[in-house]
Amino acid sequence: MLSLVKGIWTVFKHSIRKRETVLYPEEKPSLHPRWRGRIILSRDPDGEERCVACYLCAAACPADCIALQATQDEHGRRYPEFFRINFSRCIFCGFCEEACPTYAIQLTNDFEMGEYHRHNFVYEKEHLLINGSGKHPEYNFYRVSGVSVGAKDSGEGENEEPPVDIHSLMP
Amino acid sequence: MNEPEQSIILLYLILVGVLLTAAGLIWLERRLLGLWQDRYGPNRAGRFGSLQVAADMIKIFTKEDWIPPFADKPVFVIAPAIIVITTLLSFAVIPFAPEIEIVNLNIGLLFFLAMSSLSVYSVALAGWASNNKYSLLGGLRAAAQMLGYEVFMGLSLAGVIMLAGSFNLREIVEAQRNVWFFIPQFPGFVIFVIAGLAETRRIPFDLPEAENELIAGFHTEYSGMKFGMFFVGEYMGVTLISALIATLFFGGWMGPLLPPLCWMIIKTFIFICGFILVRASLPRLRYDQLLSFGWKLMLPLALLNVVVTGAIILAAS
Repeated sequence: MLSLVKGIWTVFKHSIRKRETVLYPEEKPSLHPRWRGRIILSRDPDGEERCVACYLCAAACPADCIALQATQDEHGRRYPEFFRINFSRCIFCGFCEEACPTYAIQLTNDFEMGEYHRHNFVYEKEHLLINGSGKHPEYNFYRVSGVSVGAKDSGEGENEEPPVDIHSLMP
Repeated sequence: MNEPEQSIILLYLILVGVLLTAAGLIWLERRLLGLWQDRYGPNRAGRFGSLQVAADMIKIFTKEDWIPPFADKPVFVIAPAIIVITTLLSFAVIPFAPEIEIVNLNIGLLFFLAMSSLSVYSVALAGWASNNKYSLLGGLRAAAQMLGYEVFMGLSLAGVIMLAGSFNLREIVEAQRNVWFFIPQFPGFVIFVIAGLAETRRIPFDLPEAENELIAGFHTEYSGMKFGMFFVGEYMGVTLISALIATLFFGGWMGPLLPPLCWMIIKTFIFICGFILVRASLPRLRYDQLLSFGWKLMLPLALLNVVVTGAIILAAS
């Protein structure tokens, strides 16, 4: 019986506690930098699309919500002809971001994506592609020195930066 | 103004007041539960969520009022009305202030006990008429609970009746002019509060509903305003028991400075908040715990209280 009274008293003491609720629309929640929200396609520092249409994101996607079609421009550079994410199926697991070899597909801090019609959840490339470079501002896939192939050595190709000195600690 | 006209006006005022209180309690309970669980509760509709009641009303009145085809229709329809009727009738005998009382019955307390016993028919019949095994279990539990708790609820009041020498609630209040009865009758007060909790079927005695074992117990099959009647009936029951605790143990309308009605309302609301606090803190009892607690502990205690009170009165006279 005494424990019941003590329990009631404990609850009563909560009258003067601070409330835990975050009053959401007025007060935005603080999100961590790695929060997995709305997916975007980023561009490299030159303003070109980073995506090389390798299909790895679509292959990694457990919800099978990514659809794309690869094509090439006049320089033989691959880019997606269309890139479609169905956000009504997306589970925001971030596997696509992990799979992406060019840091093109990235998950952002935006989670306010409510829609009244389900077809509005299908985002096309024009909705996904942003003008910035997202989380990796300096990265440019086509400038990173590759491996040596028969025709060229590592870092010797057109527009390639010199290879990273793995023995140096300098950034 | 002559007597019958006055009492008819009073009747409507009290009816509206009680119904408004019951509706307001929906909001109050949710806000207070929120406060005690470190959250807000309804705070969107209107200031501090005060229009939540209106929103709930619109919702519940426009819902489909469905009667299951397997239900016993007349009984199914009449069951929710019984709880509202019996609870409202009980309010007739409560003296809210020296002049504000619908009827001055000389057996007021017995009338209340009779009405609260009748209200179990509502739950038991609802459980029976739903023709659903969970509802039936809920109804049976309500009946057994009521049998167990009605006995010592009456006995817990015997001390008050002996001290006041009357069943008339007005005279009981008048008898507390010197000392409020919760001091000489503290055990009776505690037992009555526990019985009152059981009477209104609230946590920790909400076994007839028991969401996690019986879905919603006796009102599983109810929807729309029929469910709303059970809901309003429960809140009116809380108001009734709180008003009775104030009347029987805390001097009713008596108090300094403020007008009598104010005191009655303040005391009632303090006990309503107490009921909500108990709901916020205690878990539901197991069924056998509930019954053995009632019959083996509360009933002997209530009897002992009657014996001791009687002995003291006898010795004093």
